[in-house]
Amino acid sequence: MTTITPYRSDLRPGRDGFAQLLRAEWTKFRTVRGWIIGMIVAILVTVGIGLLAPASDSSGCQQVGPSGPTGPARSGSGCGQPSVSLGPGGEPVTDEFYFVRQPLAGDGSITVRVTSLTGPAGTINSPDGNSYGSPGIQPWTKAGVIIRKSLNQGAPYAAMMVTADHGVRMQWNYTDDTPGLSGAVGPADPRWLRLTRSGDVITGYDSADGTHWTQVGAVTLSGLPATVQAGLFTASPEYEVDRGHSTFSGPTQATAVFDHVGLSHGWSAGPWTGEWMRGDTILGAGGSYHQAGGQFSVTGSGDIAPVVAGHGGAADSYMTLTNIVIGVFALLIAVAVVAALFITGEYRRGLIRTTLAASPRRGRVLAAKAIVIGAVSFVAAVIGTASAVLTGSAIVHARGYAMFPEPWPAEVRVIIGTGVLVAVAAVLILAVGTIVRRSAATIAIAIVVIVVPYFLSVTAVLPLGVDEWLLRLTPAAGYALQQAYPAYAQVGAIYAPWNGYYPLAGWAGLLVLAAWAVAALAGAVYVLRRRDA
Amino acid sequence: MTTASAAATPPGNAVRTAGADLRDALHAEWTKLRTLASTYWLLLAAAALTIAVSAAVAAAFSCQPGECAFAQTGADPATISLSGIDLGQAVVAVLAVMAVGGEYSTGMIRITLAAMPRRLTVLSAKAAVLTGCVLAAGAVAVLGSFLAGRLILPGRGLSAVNGYQLLSLVNGPDLRAAVGSILYLALIALMAVGITMAVRDSGVAIGLGLGLLYLFPIISAAVTSPGWHRHLEQFSPMTAGLYIQATTNLRSLPLTPWQGLGVLAAWAAGAMLAGALLLRFRDA
Repeated sequence: MTTITPYRSDLRPGRDGFAQLLRAEWTKFRTVRGWIIGMIVAILVTVGIGLLAPASDSSGCQQVGPSGPTGPARSGSGCGQPSVSLGPGGEPVTDEFYFVRQPLAGDGSITVRVTSLTGPAGTINSPDGNSYGSPGIQPWTKAGVIIRKSLNQGAPYAAMMVTADHGVRMQWNYTDDTPGLSGAVGPADPRWLRLTRSGDVITGYDSADGTHWTQVGAVTLSGLPATVQAGLFTASPEYEVDRGHSTFSGPTQATAVFDHVGLSHGWSAGPWTGEWMRGDTILGAGGSYHQAGGQFSVTGSGDIAPVVAGHGGAADSYMTLTNIVIGVFALLIAVAVVAALFITGEYRRGLIRTTLAASPRRGRVLAAKAIVIGAVSFVAAVIGTASAVLTGSAIVHARGYAMFPEPWPAEVRVIIGTGVLVAVAAVLILAVGTIVRRSAATIAIAIVVIVVPYFLSVTAVLPLGVDEWLLRLTPAAGYALQQAYPAYAQVGAIYAPWNGYYPLAGWAGLLVLAAWAVAALAGAVYVLRRRDA
Repeated sequence: MTTASAAATPPGNAVRTAGADLRDALHAEWTKLRTLASTYWLLLAAAALTIAVSAAVAAAFSCQPGECAFAQTGADPATISLSGIDLGQAVVAVLAVMAVGGEYSTGMIRITLAAMPRRLTVLSAKAAVLTGCVLAAGAVAVLGSFLAGRLILPGRGLSAVNGYQLLSLVNGPDLRAAVGSILYLALIALMAVGITMAVRDSGVAIGLGLGLLYLFPIISAAVTSPGWHRHLEQFSPMTAGLYIQATTNLRSLPLTPWQGLGVLAAWAAGAMLAGALLLRFRDA
């Protein structure tokens, strides 16, 4: 009887580690030509779509509705070359209000009592010769005392003010805002406001009775000259109405009544001058003031606030990052297809049985797949977005327009944020594919939960409010990572997904998307272990 | 997905007419489609989802008292009550993709083409059977949505007092919106059939089909130049196709409702042509 020695390979057995698993999955990915081509095409399409907006923009103007609900609306007059003032932080600002002022030297204090802030609806006759219907006072209509470095547009300032709906505020340098006393102002409920200058520091106080004062805030305006411009102001911002994606806007005007105007602690009163402060882009409808005894009534229009990117008026002159990264939706759909096929293809071809025979620890197989598809999607999205942003801004500059000014980290944040968004979405789709095992169903689910919520809000099928909940709860919440510009609570603009503002902060949106991905992965690991492949 | 193999056995007579061919092909395709459980679920889902979303959008409509007049809201009751089509079309597209893609993923297509070598006859039969099913489900979806809108919208401010007509199929524009929406769904199905025939993979076809539908509106929202915006909307299969639902403010549309549906028909025809040529001149 002869014993046949079975053949034994001289090669050492391959090691069975996670690194090998990752390598195996990466090999599977890179050797499918269609997926690599798909990813490259997706990147090119992303860049191409991103260039549509800058290349087609002939005027630099956002589309504005033809007419307002209560009168002719006004489109921004700042189309073409930007003619917008920049604030101390380099951000575009609106610096338009009626100012009753005088120059004041050295340290001192200015105190006023505000007894009313009103702005009835009606017709406004603007200095530009037109009349506008106005819905009246706006929530962020404001009046109070202000200390400015100079009369130049965008000059540093600090102000104490009453607002129509948001109580007493201290605001400075356009973007900063701190609340004081709450409640509306009225003859029976006056508000006392005080600003005190001491060197570079300006301190704001408020009081309900003129004797008990509370400090609201103290700010340092560096480089404040010896003589500053101080006085009373009134500003009433544009109203804005969203009617199924046509934004209607127009000027409003308000009147504030001041008395007990007092200069003290080193300042003494000189003659007052009234002036409508404004830049090249006019939003408001002028103003006037009237002094009778110790009482000033100041009528004003405009706003002292940051310009909100993607809105009418002054923001019209700028191309936004939001317009340029819109092509990411094409990338997302392509990634959805590839991520789904990455797992469902194994089921369709029966390769999953080989995969699981070679690596029986099924959770680790899924982990390796998730890492590979996540990394590939991240890289593709970063390349696509970065190329779109670079070429898009180059085209914008070459054509003589400008990108909405923002420190460069905003661009980096959007690019990296998009990468993370697409990577986590890819992992979510992979997990869904593992559970469903069919490519068609997986891709349909992916598109319906990730792309359609955004589509519904962009096309205004759903009323504002409902669509915001979709972008809070569905995986589409992750788009918040793409928000490029801050939403200012103290500017009453429409912040909607279609102009680049999401209801959640970037990190919160990522958490929602990641929670979906983790839940789906947990489900996928569970069924992968429990089910025969 | 398992595609049932139930192609009708041709009788043994030697001379066959083209008409008999088509009849057999229709019979075979009908058998294939009706013996799949997923067909019923998807048709049901398309109708149910359309009606549910339409009703939800109608119920979510709001206007401040005193501001509900048409001049202020610009609302179109027919469009609002048919908004569920926006989502229902995705299910219809999936159904159409599965009907073709399923044959490719299971290898059934080889049996189908062996049994019926006239490939264009197979494609026409498939398209016809699918169109019939989608028209039936679409009719249910559209009538249900219309009924929901008719019941809900007057309570949301779009009432006769504010100058809105009650939705009714006797009313010409409303009838156009309803019939047009049913045709819209059928054209979406045909477009999906053509795309799937061309790419031969369900997953890729769904990505392409839904991408084509949903990307255009998203992109045109980002393009601020009015001229380009208009062109994108004119070429978008979904945006242009859904002009058929418009009953008010027709002058502000870049195309008339029927022209809009014609744009979608052109997309569907193009996709079907590409699918037919590739099916005819390529190995399955």
